[in-house]
Amino acid sequence: MSSHILRQRMRSGLIALAAVLAAAGSPPVLAAGAEAGFQQHANNDVSNVASLQRGARNFVNYCQGCHSAKYVRYNQLARDLGMTEEQVISNLMFSAARPTETMAIAMRPADAERWFGITPPDLSLLARSKGPDYIYNFLRSFYVDPARPTGVNNIMLPNTAMPHVLWELQGMQAGKFEEEKHDGVTHVVFREFTEVSPGKLSPEAYDEFVRDTVNFLDYIAEPMKLKRQSLGILVIAFLLVFGVFAYLLKQEIWKDVR
Amino acid sequence: MSAGPTGVASTGGGGRGARFIDWIDERFPLTAMMKEHVTEYYAAKSLNIWYVFGVLALVVLILQLVTGIFLTMNYKPSAEDAFASVEYIMREVEWGWLIRYMHSTGASMFFVVVYLHMFRGLMYGSYKAPRELLWVVGMLIYLALMAEAFMGYLLPWGQMSYWGAQVIVSLFGAIPVIGEGLVEWIRGDYFISDITLNRFFAFHVVAVPLALILLVVVHILALHTTGSLNPDGIEIKEKKGPTGIPLDGIAFHPFHTSKDLVVIIVFAIIFASVMFFAPEMGGYFLEHANFEPANLLKTPEHIAPVWYFTPFYAILRAVPSKGWGAFLMLAAIVFLFLLPWLDRCKVKSIRYRGWQFKVALAALAISFVALGVLGLQPATPLVNTGARIFTIIYFAVFLLMPLYTARERTKPVPERVVYHGHE
Repeated sequence: MSSHILRQRMRSGLIALAAVLAAAGSPPVLAAGAEAGFQQHANNDVSNVASLQRGARNFVNYCQGCHSAKYVRYNQLARDLGMTEEQVISNLMFSAARPTETMAIAMRPADAERWFGITPPDLSLLARSKGPDYIYNFLRSFYVDPARPTGVNNIMLPNTAMPHVLWELQGMQAGKFEEEKHDGVTHVVFREFTEVSPGKLSPEAYDEFVRDTVNFLDYIAEPMKLKRQSLGILVIAFLLVFGVFAYLLKQEIWKDVR
Repeated sequence: MSAGPTGVASTGGGGRGARFIDWIDERFPLTAMMKEHVTEYYAAKSLNIWYVFGVLALVVLILQLVTGIFLTMNYKPSAEDAFASVEYIMREVEWGWLIRYMHSTGASMFFVVVYLHMFRGLMYGSYKAPRELLWVVGMLIYLALMAEAFMGYLLPWGQMSYWGAQVIVSLFGAIPVIGEGLVEWIRGDYFISDITLNRFFAFHVVAVPLALILLVVVHILALHTTGSLNPDGIEIKEKKGPTGIPLDGIAFHPFHTSKDLVVIIVFAIIFASVMFFAPEMGGYFLEHANFEPANLLKTPEHIAPVWYFTPFYAILRAVPSKGWGAFLMLAAIVFLFLLPWLDRCKVKSIRYRGWQFKVALAALAISFVALGVLGLQPATPLVNTGARIFTIIYFAVFLLMPLYTARERTKPVPERVVYHGHE
């Protein structure tokens, strides 16, 4: 990877660190009580091309085994992520034959159904239906649960059929739950995660890994997002100028109306 | 129509262009129509900001028609392909995303301007004699618009498209005796299916737009027969100068058109701000759940219609019985139709009306907005109680109207419109 990307990485690493420190410094009320307490913002940035490239790499290596992104074409990635088609072919295309193909998968739905109980959803639009924050927190909240066939459960999506694909990177964590009584009804409330076994990545680096992945999902959900924003500024600037002239014309026409 | 002293270019000059216009005028009343509806249509010079929403509604209608045509070129009305074809438009069609966002933003903005347009009518008594028919045609446009929006919302075939349609169509089942059969007849199937999608597509792109255009023409013709009202609620036609032109009136073109142009640009800036920077508008214009394809086996935990339907949806949910809920929902719209005959006050504009009307109008506006907000929330007991209170207020405004409007102590209405000149 180039030094540019390395710099980007360090910078976003610092941001992640700052976010973790900020979370640690926040009042304990946040962590307790509601399940939403541990959630954090993804703070991803779709204009960060280096992050998108890393996210694409993460996606094809860890997600695309089971999840398709069937509305996304490889050559569009080449255009938007600042890569040549050759780079896309050698780095991102494991299943497709041509860059004009979409990010489909080879797994048959019937097989998926047999293995997981459900067909893993297509991820093209996940960031628009669930939001980047949801995915960010989902990928960070797997915990050991021997009662599940996959050995893990998830706070964001209880009893998810998805195994903890990133366990090697994050390690395994346990969830600490407590019982609480509200109006005579006992609720099991999530408190915090505790480490069971460390992963290859530090917690900060893992968050960064997830952030890049979420960033990529955010980008594929609406690839034209940056384009629409930059076009929007031009359109509004034009309208403002046009508006001034239209206003002067109106003043001129109305000047004798008493 | 004879050419007066103010005769336009067609009578003077004699250039090639003028001769062409004359040629047309002998075969089609072009100049006469231009005069009647544009250059010699007089509206009060005192029209304020509330009087721009009719023009804006027309602008949005044209925008929806044009963008709709382009969307139709790539959209596939089938349960198998609809969702993917929308994504195809968003990702692969040149400028497809822009056309689609214009259309989706336009749908919500249409209701924004129409609701403000209707509120203007309420404030200044635009529904009162002799404009009853104008008001009724306007209400028919509103109904057609709701049908258009509802059927259009099914087309992307997302989760909310599907389940929203499921909920609304099933309301017809509340009609005694024929209900269930009627629902089947509307869907053309035992559930919302490919068949339903195809017929909704036909209605959305052909039938309802035709009805809308026709109704808008009738609305404008009726308006130009009675003349536009003004914030003082005075009939400017009653005070005419020696030339036969209303003393307080100025020609639609170039006066009102030049003003409208400024307003249209301001509106376009607001429109563009939403479309380019927040096309989902936080999930109100494009609901998040609609980015998931329709799944017949998975009911979303919270089904909410798009914001412009939620006041009526809140009324529906406020009533424990589905039949009566649907009935009240319908009644909420029917009462608006009856407004010209429920209001017995002779004075038109809120400026000169008694406190009773002002309180009632405020109560109506607040309860409508409150119902809209409540209709977006999941139905908790608190939300239902709130919705019931505002439903009662909403209907009380209409039911008691003949009583309190007959008792109003109005202020004297001036002879001429109040106009402070142009700075």
